[in-house]
Amino acid sequence: MPITNIVEVSGVSKRFTVNRHKSIKERLVNSASERLHREDFWALRDINLNIAAGSTVGLVGHNGSGKSTLLKAIGGIIEPSEGSVRRRGRMAALLELGAGFHPDLTGRENVYLNAAILGLTQKEIDRYFDAIVDFSGIEAFIDTQVKFYSSGMYVRLAFAVAVHVDPDLLLVDEVLAVGDRPFQDKCMAKIAEFQEEGRTIVVVSHSAGQIEALCHRVVVLNHGEMKFDGGVGEGLRVLQELYDDEGRLAALAAGVAPPRAKVTAVIVDNGTERSTGDLKSGEPFSIDFEYAIDRPGDAMIAALSVESLEGTQVYGLTTKMMGETIPVDPGHHALQFAFPAADLGAGHYVARGSLHELDGTLVHGRYPVTDFRVISALPGNGYVRLEPSVKFDSRRRA
Amino acid sequence: METATELAVVKQRRLDTIAAEPFVDVSKSQGFFRDTVNSVRDLVAHRELLGRLVRREIKARYKDSKLGIVWSLFRPLISLLIYYFAIGKVMGAARSVPDFAIFVFVGLTIWLLYSEILSGAVRSIVENSGLVKKVYLPREIFPLSAIGSALVNFGIQVVVLLIGIAVLSTYRWSPELLLAPLAVVVLLVFATAVALIISAWNVYLRDIQHFVEIYLLIFFWVSPIVYPFTYVHRVLQGNWLEQIYLANPVSLAIIATQKALWSAGTTSSGSLMQVWPPDLELRLVIALGASVVLLFVAQRVFARLQGNFAQEL
Repeated sequence: MPITNIVEVSGVSKRFTVNRHKSIKERLVNSASERLHREDFWALRDINLNIAAGSTVGLVGHNGSGKSTLLKAIGGIIEPSEGSVRRRGRMAALLELGAGFHPDLTGRENVYLNAAILGLTQKEIDRYFDAIVDFSGIEAFIDTQVKFYSSGMYVRLAFAVAVHVDPDLLLVDEVLAVGDRPFQDKCMAKIAEFQEEGRTIVVVSHSAGQIEALCHRVVVLNHGEMKFDGGVGEGLRVLQELYDDEGRLAALAAGVAPPRAKVTAVIVDNGTERSTGDLKSGEPFSIDFEYAIDRPGDAMIAALSVESLEGTQVYGLTTKMMGETIPVDPGHHALQFAFPAADLGAGHYVARGSLHELDGTLVHGRYPVTDFRVISALPGNGYVRLEPSVKFDSRRRA
Repeated sequence: METATELAVVKQRRLDTIAAEPFVDVSKSQGFFRDTVNSVRDLVAHRELLGRLVRREIKARYKDSKLGIVWSLFRPLISLLIYYFAIGKVMGAARSVPDFAIFVFVGLTIWLLYSEILSGAVRSIVENSGLVKKVYLPREIFPLSAIGSALVNFGIQVVVLLIGIAVLSTYRWSPELLLAPLAVVVLLVFATAVALIISAWNVYLRDIQHFVEIYLLIFFWVSPIVYPFTYVHRVLQGNWLEQIYLANPVSLAIIATQKALWSAGTTSSGSLMQVWPPDLELRLVIALGASVVLLFVAQRVFARLQGNFAQEL
């Protein structure tokens, strides 16, 4: 099947002119120095990007890398200085939740207004209205003015409207992390449903976890230039290198020495395939911990943490707890933490490795973290492996 | 719950629909006339939203007030009373102007429509910056919604005016009554053109909104609202200055509405006799033509300027 593009960005550059003078008086008084005060700033430089229909693309980069500008150019909200953006299908841009909400109007009135802003017709809104209110979970307050809403209620209603617009192309800018945990799950489930329905999603996010969970493809931007376009794992690694470089530069500029040691890899090993295979609950496994020492110094502690995707620590272990000392002479070193049985429940986990000073100060933490899955033939869910059985005793009730 | 195969069908159908759709270039203008056609088509597609924005504006303005929209009547009625007593009775204008109250109210109604459109539109884009920066919409919709809410107030005032005329004066049933709707159309087209330009300029130069206030203050007294055109004619005697005076579409619209609705101005004789500009109908039609051209140009200017709205706000 040929790939159908839904967005074609070719040769797009965007120049912002930073102009300090805003009023007539200032412009007249400073007209001579106007040219001098003008500063050009390239937010995007020669971006070429085709987005296939039905795919989910993550735009990542540090603050000011141009990712939001690119998203706005795709959305037609800003006009590029050079190049062209071509697009088809129905688009909805979620650049800010509740952008069109008016505080003095009720929830109901704002649902209608916001849905109309996002492109729904009266008939469509009437049809979706109950579903929207239901999704937001604030039926009781729908006829209250939104200025009395809590911020949580506000974003829930706004998100509910946004996901009920029927877009072919959804542009999302950092708005997925709203509401409480159950509501976030609901949002992620809705996004997954969108993907299955063949909708295209372009998402800007700082959360590597979100990008990993959602995207098929990652585009890394740095100072307006495209640094990488491809698979998610590789993309996040490139991003991490950029962050590291920035950190090193900043450290050099500030006169702070870069960390003397670095965790270079954390690999979960199920005994057959390194890092790719799933762990079977109850089977032996090991975690390889590799690190590099830059300069000689005091003794250090290697720490390992197994966490759920939500960030809850399931298991933690340090070499100090085990009474071990690790080598700290310059060069590359590897540790292996071996476990006779993976007594973890089925699920998706991350393993995080870090090096600490003896007093607990962090020297370096590995990022991105390593994720792995545990599969289990046993019933039950949760973080631990328990072997359940059940007995029936009907006489007791009589 | 949809099954996996149904989902796959939904997905394939969506992909096929997208593959069949032509690409639209969203990054730049595509030529003079095609662009205007596209803009208008875009606006027509968003007409429902326009209605909602107008309603939002009005609802939000009178939310939590007990009298609500009745307030929109107080201001014109109070100004009417002030002008009636201060200029009509104290300064004596009512002695040479028959039915002075009706006369002032006719002019005031038209003027208030114009001034409300301009003062609402000039801030419309800046005030909606949240939407302009975050959602794609045809941006013309913001000045247009300011015009819409001005029209609602205008409608209420017209009802009061028409009742007032029926009670205090009479209607002259002649074809000249048609001058009133024509005048409103001229005024609307002209005001829309001005509204588009000033709302866009104000994004780049916030001085525009202060300038508009001053302009409205001056032109209230320049227009024949609290004094009749007869006074102007008496001083200028039809010279070139009077021609310039009549070239202002707003003054022309006010004079035409007065001629249509202020029957005492046509029927009075002797010292109360009023002078009307010659060829008023023709002037009005020319003003309409000029305003349409201006509106077209204004839309082009607006389209050119709107590309950088999101970054200027």
